[in-house]
Amino acid sequence: MTKPTIQIDGKPVTFTEGQTIMEAATAAGFYIPHLCHNPEFEPHGSCKLCTVKVNGRNCSACTFPAADGQEVLNDTAELNALRRTITQLLFVEGNHLCPSCEKSGNCQLQATAYFLGMTDAHFPFFYPRRELDASHPDILLDRDRCIFCALCVRASRDVDGKNVFAIAGRGIDSRLIVNSPSGKLADTPIATTDKATRVCPVGAILIKRHGFEVPIGDRVYDRHTIAEESLEREEPIVEARHG
Amino acid sequence: MADKLTVATTSLAGCFGCHMSFLDIDERILALAEVARFDRSPLTDVKHCGDRVDLGLVEGGVCNAENVHTLREFRQHCRILVAMGACAINGGLPALRNPIALEECLQASYLDGIGIENPQIPNDVELPLLLDKVHPIHEVVRVDYFLPGCPPSADVIWTFLSDLAAGREPSLPRELIHYD
Repeated sequence: MTKPTIQIDGKPVTFTEGQTIMEAATAAGFYIPHLCHNPEFEPHGSCKLCTVKVNGRNCSACTFPAADGQEVLNDTAELNALRRTITQLLFVEGNHLCPSCEKSGNCQLQATAYFLGMTDAHFPFFYPRRELDASHPDILLDRDRCIFCALCVRASRDVDGKNVFAIAGRGIDSRLIVNSPSGKLADTPIATTDKATRVCPVGAILIKRHGFEVPIGDRVYDRHTIAEESLEREEPIVEARHG
Repeated sequence: MADKLTVATTSLAGCFGCHMSFLDIDERILALAEVARFDRSPLTDVKHCGDRVDLGLVEGGVCNAENVHTLREFRQHCRILVAMGACAINGGLPALRNPIALEECLQASYLDGIGIENPQIPNDVELPLLLDKVHPIHEVVRVDYFLPGCPPSADVIWTFLSDLAAGREPSLPRELIHYD
């Protein structure tokens, strides 16, 4: 029996029943830009960077199931321009001042912007002033860099079993909150070894006293594009899940 | 020599680091001098932009009234205006003051700072007033190109100038795009 197949940018990709387009692409070595998606967790569908054209319609690759015969467009000028605009929107919404950020060079948002050839943020900046939480002795929460991917929310709830984070508020007033009576990280059981502490793709959740440890040139995205790094990290996870 | 590319440069709310990075092109500046001539710039004694400048390189964001005047002069006289470096592109680290009230900033600097004698906020009319926020230059004038980096590397600036001098549409290869 022939295996079910989709076309990604004209190339045939076989997949396992139940896989999303993102999973099928990752397993086959195709990089689809993404920030809120991490194959260790249930898809979230919030960043919209993985938007692909499926049979002519825009869909989020992380949530859309692969089905036999689909024609998927991924690496096209139009989709990459759309993704660049989305990335620009993420940059103006927060205070992404990379020159002073400890995550610079190891940041997935920044690396995605590099990958998409973004040279400026195009839109007027919001310059938000959200509450900085430095209450925890070992962990810092800088909400001005949060992109609401909710990976920390999912990791804390589903992996650590601590349910430390949540996203509250509506629209542009959405914010990452901490589930403790005081609303402070210090009053939660979060630890530096928790998945929630380490899964943040940007510089919003940082482990204190470890900034600027890696020399420029040796940081993750100094050495690899996010496409290379992402495939290398995620392919085994997808393989393990769908074998 | 009339057909040499005329280049003006300025630093608004900048640190002069982008100009230093420009000078990091090292001996390539001799090749540049063959094809370009400097108009108004911190590197020359020209006080105002000439009538027709081909290229204006602007470092720094816009933090005070005088910055606005200078930036408008550059836009008026420069055919191609370039935001050079993180500050010109997104306000840069000086924009860290944006979420803080201007009054609080002045108070911290001139009234409550350590070792200040005779504390007072400078108010001479000669001094340009600060804007309440630091702005990227594209929020004040139209910008043609952006050279990211804090600072952009000499190779970024060189690649851009080479493309322009050769009449090519400037574009940066992926490995030259950095924001830090």
